[in-house]
Parts: sequence; C-alpha cells; structure tokens
Amino acid sequence: MNRSSLDSTPRRGLMQVPILKQGSHLIATVQSALTDADLVQLRDAIVEQVGRTRARGVIIDVTALDVMDSFATAMMRDIAQMIRLRGARTVIVGIQPEVAFAMVQMGLTLEGVTTTLDLEEALEHLGERGDGKRKP
Amino acid sequence: MNPEAVATESRVVVESDRDIVSARQQGRHMAVQLGFSPGSATLIATAISELARNILLYARRGEVTMRMLESNGSRGIAVEARDEGPGIPQPQRALEDGFSTSGRLGLGLPGVKRLMDDFRLDTAPGRGTTVMVRKWVR
Repeated sequence: MNRSSLDSTPRRGLMQVPILKQGSHLIATVQSALTDADLVQLRDAIVEQVGRTRARGVIIDVTALDVMDSFATAMMRDIAQMIRLRGARTVIVGIQPEVAFAMVQMGLTLEGVTTTLDLEEALEHLGERGDGKRKP
Repeated sequence: MNPEAVATESRVVVESDRDIVSARQQGRHMAVQLGFSPGSATLIATAISELARNILLYARRGEVTMRMLESNGSRGIAVEARDEGPGIPQPQRALEDGFSTSGRLGLGLPGVKRLMDDFRLDTAPGRGTTVMVRKWVR
C-alpha cells in the first residue's frame, strides 16, 4: 500500500535532504524516511559541499528520521569522520527518544560524533568552537 | 475497504533498498493499528529494517511478511523475513554480539532479538534463511 506512494516519488537524481548554508555552517534537514541510496547521496553531497563552501560546521537534523538502523548509523559515523578529515565539525541533532532506545537495544553507537537535542544547541556548540568566534 | 479494520497480514517483496523502507513503514503502520505505542512501533520498524536489509545484502531477494497475532486477549505482531539465499554458515556466531553489529554489513541479529519478544532463526547453507520474530502489546 505504501509502495505505490513511494514509487510515485521521483527519486533518481533528486536530493532527498535539503542542505542549506547558514553563516559558516551547513544545515541538512532530513524530512522523511531515507533509503540506503538516499543516505549515501546525503553523505556525498555534504562532503562535496563542505569543500566547495568551506563550511566550518555541519549540522544534520534527523528529527524526522523514522529509524536509525545499522546502515543509517554507519552513514552518520562516516559523515562525521569524513567531515573531520576535511577540517570541519559535525553535529547530529534531534535523535528521538524511541529511536535512541532502539539504537541502544541494537548495540549501535555514534561514538566520537557530537549529538545535541535541538538545532539551537547545535549552533551554540559549533559557534563557540567551530570557527573560533563566539556569538556576541 | 473498511478503514477501521486492522489488516491482518501484509507482505513486502524485498529486492531494493526502497523495499526496506516500504517494509518498515508497513510494519510500523500495522503495529500502531494493533495498539502498539509509537515507541514500540519504532522498535518493530527498526527490527524490520534490519531484517529486510539482511535479505538484500545476503540473498538479494526475499520477502517480509507481517501478521497480526491474537492470543488470550493479547495482540501482537509476527514478522517473518524469508529468503532463498546462501543461508548463514555459522548461525550460532551470527547470534553473538559483536560478530555483526559493530561492522557495517553486520547481520544485526542479536540486536533484532533484543528489540522483539521472541526470535527464531532457521537457516542452513544452500537452503536460505528465515527469521521469525514476535512482539506483544503490553
């Protein structure tokens, strides 16, 4: 039943997750369930844009993500690691309580990846240490 | 079609990554209809996502069937992930923590077991793999 609505969504070539530049940061906001291919595309797009825009920080808002299974978790770890190697920082925002519970049960970890409850906290985190400039 | 009626069975053929999303969304939908809390529905959806991905990774094709359970006034959901792939050569190892979940392409079976109430694995080399899990509404 959900199949037909999924099929009618044009996916090929279309970025499922909008990435916006705000100051020296990139903000990627997940808006729906993502396929593995969508997650790979998100990773590649973020890494490419960090290079092109010289962003100092990346925020990935996963509030709307339906599940964080082993693949999604691995992609988030990958993104954070790649962004670190590119000289910028990543913050994952908005992991829902039930998603966090499922991750713990699954034994999935985001070690070494900064997470915050909301966007404001993420911006604060990056603002203070991301570009060396404190907010006034 | 009566919109109030709970679908008693739902089947998703898994042969692409989009089918993984489809399976877990249908599972979540059915779980909520059966009376699971949104939190429990997330656990069920996560387990289905992992089982469907195993099908795609190891067998390339298979199916996930979700069924309503009813016993002594309790409701629950049964999820069966079946494929005719190569089977798991060391099933007891696949159920050990650390064997799977730490790696990218892990089976995640110990995790799935913890997310659900019952877990059954039926596999043999060359005979495919069937994982049956169940969870009851509390």
